[in-house]
Amino acid sequence: MSKKTTAEADKKPENTATGESSVNAPINASLNAEGRIELYRKMVRIRRFEERSLRAYQAKKIGGFLHLYIGQEAVAVGCCSLMGPDDHVITAYRDHGHAIAVGMDTKPLMAELFGKVTGCSKGKGGSMHYFDPSRNYWGGHGIVGGQIPLGTGLAYAIKYQGKKGAAMAFMGDGAVNQGAVHEAFNLAALWDLPCIFVIENNRYSMGTSQRRSSAGTSLAQRAEAYGMAWATCNGHDVYDVRATMDRFLTAARENSKPGVVEIDTYRYRGHSVADPDKTYRTRDEIEDYQRTKDPITLFQQTLLKEGVLNQELIEKIDGEARAEADQAADFAEASPFPTPEDIQKDVYWEADNPEQRKSEGRLFFE
Amino acid sequence: MPVITYREAVRHALAEELERDPNVVVMGEEVAQFNGAYKVTEGLLARFGPKRIVDTPISEAGFIGMGVGASMLGVRPVMELMFWSFYSVAFDQILNNAANVRYMSGGQINVPIVIRGPANGGTNVGATHSHTPENVLANHPGVKVVVPATPYDAKGLLKSAIRDNDPVMFLENTMLYGDKGEVPEEEYLIPLGKADVKRQGTDLTIVSYGRAAIHSLKAAEELQSQHGLSVEVVDLRSIRPLDIDTVLASVRRTHRLLIVEEQKPFCSVGSQIAFMVQKEAFDELDAPINRLATIDAPAIYSPPVEVEQLPNPARIVKAALATR
Repeated sequence: MSKKTTAEADKKPENTATGESSVNAPINASLNAEGRIELYRKMVRIRRFEERSLRAYQAKKIGGFLHLYIGQEAVAVGCCSLMGPDDHVITAYRDHGHAIAVGMDTKPLMAELFGKVTGCSKGKGGSMHYFDPSRNYWGGHGIVGGQIPLGTGLAYAIKYQGKKGAAMAFMGDGAVNQGAVHEAFNLAALWDLPCIFVIENNRYSMGTSQRRSSAGTSLAQRAEAYGMAWATCNGHDVYDVRATMDRFLTAARENSKPGVVEIDTYRYRGHSVADPDKTYRTRDEIEDYQRTKDPITLFQQTLLKEGVLNQELIEKIDGEARAEADQAADFAEASPFPTPEDIQKDVYWEADNPEQRKSEGRLFFE
Repeated sequence: MPVITYREAVRHALAEELERDPNVVVMGEEVAQFNGAYKVTEGLLARFGPKRIVDTPISEAGFIGMGVGASMLGVRPVMELMFWSFYSVAFDQILNNAANVRYMSGGQINVPIVIRGPANGGTNVGATHSHTPENVLANHPGVKVVVPATPYDAKGLLKSAIRDNDPVMFLENTMLYGDKGEVPEEEYLIPLGKADVKRQGTDLTIVSYGRAAIHSLKAAEELQSQHGLSVEVVDLRSIRPLDIDTVLASVRRTHRLLIVEEQKPFCSVGSQIAFMVQKEAFDELDAPINRLATIDAPAIYSPPVEVEQLPNPARIVKAALATR
């Protein structure tokens, strides 16, 4: 497994085109035109969904926090495009991109933001808590790093049940300083669990830059302390994400080996939409990323060069994605809220399955 | 009927469920090669092998969280905390993840995990190792909480807990591990949420659970022989779900209630019971509800004084006589 060291923390953005080696990696070379277009389409759909949800938030249709994935689309799309039937995903609270990447319908996703009963969690989870076990998507977790032991447990179950699969446990760059993450690293390495720890390094843990929060120069390199393989890759390039993750996923599925992959990425919006985004980075920095490293623009250029995309198709995909996001918002708007009677449902399996209940006594209290 | 220890009863429950269901795994610090810090899991590694009986590093947040994650995919982990006091290290995994995942997913996920271990004072190990968090745990909708007092109850309740599809917190007691009691050879289950009237009486109801219930039974004997007081002892066994009906029925017979708990008093299990009894049986009470709890301070080390900090038969007798 090749290892690249990360460049200096807080590095200036640099212009990157799709690397030749990534394009030619078998996992990418084997993609047909429709497969490539589908990657592009998913990235566009995520962006339009996020932009639409931001407008809904500004219109006060959405409560609480809204952590947007805009700028990071190539990471979730690249990783989740590699999932086989026994591969599983878990992530933190910036979870909309992964949900769309694993194939969740955007209508219940938007309805969840609106707090509606038609939401993917019936309006009980909100933006940070999307789940779809039928698509091997285990959330959507609100506490920084808290989902990483759970992801390790998914990998434990995969191995225990003798499946050839892997768990991808996503976290941000801020999570690597949480104790639970290191405990999970140790367990995965100690027991050879098929877990890939994916650090989406968007350079800021909320408003604190990597340099101000994390000792050392590389986050993924911390894997060495646990004897795990690690790599970094370019999260602005969906081909590079796929090429790198494919190597780790193969090692996990075939040899039950864990690993840590740090993916360089960038979010254009604040930590959440409540973040005024003025104290810790410059407008120039954001614009530089948007101009030179936007994952959708770069992949669009790559696919144009490959002759897979044309202007007409680009406009069609974009129009459809905008329409889909609008339809999702219309669906959410038209849907009913849960009722007060719904508050105490979905708390206990037994309470929700009274005909199979074995316990007695009161489960709920005044 | 065979007489076995509480420790053996827990072990037998584990062994029977490991035998019955290949998804059951036992994990924790020192549970396998060391045979258990309190020897509860003794012999299980030899019988079931290292895939089913797993030693973890001292890493409660990591391995408890891992168990929660594995349970989402259908493994049924029975996780041992060497002391329940260490739950604070894994608080986020237990009470954010295990307790909330079902709710936050709109009921798409269930977490069939058991977390078990001793939760008690009385062993002179000081404030960090003497926590009794049943009230803290039960304060979180989504988890169930069980505190067995006898070998019979420990076995029957643990087997039910392992088969339960919700996360069950199972609080044992190192001071009870050596206690003996009759346990049938044939299989039996005790449903969670069913209190047990361990002694019948007419003058006063003592509601208790765990080791405090054992102390209450001793106190009841003395109250009968020395003071002519007929005391009914209701052992809750399960905190959540809670069998309040058995408590209310007893209060309707005796018209006096003393709650005895190895718990700090503020926001304790007894606080909840007292609220429910006054709400639902106010007119039945001939005296204010009384409560005897652990004296409200961190657990003291000094061995003879720790005995006095906890509920004990002498303190219970005094409290019972004052409940009038």
